[in-house]
Amino acid sequence: MVSVNNNGNSSSLIQVRGLNKTYHRADEQIQVLQGLNLDVDKGDFVAFMGPSGSGKTTLLNLLGGLDVPTAGAISVASDEITHMSSGKLTEWRARHVGFVFQTYNLIPVLTAFQNVELPLLLTRLSKSERRQHVETALSIVGLGNRTRHFPRQLSGGQEQRVAIARAIVSDPTFLLCDEPTGDLDRKSADEIMALIEELVAKHGKTVLMVTHDPVVAARAHTVLHLEKGVLVEGSKSRQSVTAGGVV
Amino acid sequence: MAIPVIYNFRSVISRWTSAIVAVLGIAGTVGVFVAMLALARGFRATLVSSGSYDNAIVMRAGATSEMMSGISLDNIKVLQDEPGVARTNGDPLVTSEVVVVAPFPLRSTGTDANAQVRGVSPNVLTVRRNIRIVQGRMFRPGLSELIVGRNATNSYSGLSIGNKVRFGGGEWTVVGVFDAGGSAFDSEVWCDAQVLDDVYKRPNNVFQSATVHLSSLDAFQAFKDAVTKDPRLNLDVSREVDYYAKQSQTMTRLISVLGGLVASVMAIGAIFGALNTMYSAVAERSREIAVMRALGFGAIAVVFSFLIEALLISFIGGALGCIAVLPLNGFTTGAMNWQTFSHLAFAFRITPDLLLGGIIFALAMGVMGGLFPAIHAALRPVATTLRSL
Repeated sequence: MVSVNNNGNSSSLIQVRGLNKTYHRADEQIQVLQGLNLDVDKGDFVAFMGPSGSGKTTLLNLLGGLDVPTAGAISVASDEITHMSSGKLTEWRARHVGFVFQTYNLIPVLTAFQNVELPLLLTRLSKSERRQHVETALSIVGLGNRTRHFPRQLSGGQEQRVAIARAIVSDPTFLLCDEPTGDLDRKSADEIMALIEELVAKHGKTVLMVTHDPVVAARAHTVLHLEKGVLVEGSKSRQSVTAGGVV
Repeated sequence: MAIPVIYNFRSVISRWTSAIVAVLGIAGTVGVFVAMLALARGFRATLVSSGSYDNAIVMRAGATSEMMSGISLDNIKVLQDEPGVARTNGDPLVTSEVVVVAPFPLRSTGTDANAQVRGVSPNVLTVRRNIRIVQGRMFRPGLSELIVGRNATNSYSGLSIGNKVRFGGGEWTVVGVFDAGGSAFDSEVWCDAQVLDDVYKRPNNVFQSATVHLSSLDAFQAFKDAVTKDPRLNLDVSREVDYYAKQSQTMTRLISVLGGLVASVMAIGAIFGALNTMYSAVAERSREIAVMRALGFGAIAVVFSFLIEALLISFIGGALGCIAVLPLNGFTTGAMNWQTFSHLAFAFRITPDLLLGGIIFALAMGVMGGLFPAIHAALRPVATTLRSL
């Protein structure tokens, strides 16, 4: 269950309370998030929408421990991350967060296999165990036969699949997807979204996704809109969206 | 765990055009560094190898070189009876020597250069046992005959067997060539000391040094003590190797200091080249660094990774620099020996430890060129970097 009203239960996987984020630019203060509350349960698939500059990516960065809030608290699986040191936060990210970026962000000089293996280098898995995990992750995203390909040898959709494999390979607590279909054509975008849906439905993953695309957002269980720094539950339901757009 | 080295290796290859600037800068610096040290080392080795551990050189007390020394025949006769002097058939193995410099035309330029002419005793080859005649024969006592070192015959025109040369007011015939194993003697011309004294109209029976072959390596101290305590003598005794090592110090230091200065200036340029390469690598790969950090690689892993990359580049540069100067090993060149005012031929001497020093020098440049960009890469805020791309 997803809640934005500070009334979620205490067993929520992700709990955000009174989150504030302010940027300073010269003498100007820009308040991006204002007392934001959010509860996300395990297995939820949440889409965040909102106009450019509304703070969607900022929220994702805060949830992923890439940035620190000005005020407020974020707990993930009972870990309070807002007061962690930079080093602890880095370790926490490695264990709990899988990132999927709009521009895939694969390392161009590494093969698909090596890209997917990267998060596992931070674990204590043996080389053969790592191999097994990487092969499983790549086969889940349908690229079991592309292990030795470099990113430049893959299509955009395939690159994003590798990025998703990299995000899930270490079995993180949740996935953060920042415009995962933003650089893809509609067909590839559909395939990627089908894959993300499968990760949620079949593998029980918790996914938080930022998107501009209402068609993509509609595939999430819950759509939240960021308006003036706070989250507002979307009125649409999954059934109210077709492949052609919002009805 | 560290970021895999394959990432750095392939990154360097994929950005080879920018890496090559740093590689060539470091290669050039290491090349100069190794070449200059090889030059100094060759000069020193040439002089040091002139001496033997089982020989002692005797000069006037206080004299720092043979040119400044003088020993009378009477003193030499006393020396010959001191303990520790080796003998053959009862004859002491002592050579009384006189040195002068004489100009000969260099084969390479045609201009004159001073060669050291050493008047020796006829038994010199039994005192200096590492020297042998390789062409012709030994000079005959009392005659104006010369034997010349192998480098001297190669360096100067006219110093070939059978040739007659004029110097010091006399005419001399070259009758033999000797091999002194690459030591300073190879650049010398030898003749009978008495004849040289006569030709140069020097006081009779006055020499500049005496070299004594010791009965054993351990006999040195006994011989030295006997000479220095003998009230009839006012002489200093040194092991021959120590004397020549000291002779090489000025020139070796000069070459090392000059070489060090040149290499230092070049190193500053090379470090800036490495800095430029690594900063551009960091700038080009901001996204990759941010992604690595997002995945959970720590700041230290990023610093380490970029340092590894800088070290990889500098190692390649260092290895290239070493390989480039390797052909110089054994290449013979010449310089003025300021202790004797004569031309000394010597060879570049590139040894494994010198090459190792070159590689370490390159790696040091790599660390200096890579550390700040690496820290810069690690400290960039991840969220800001991801957002700005």
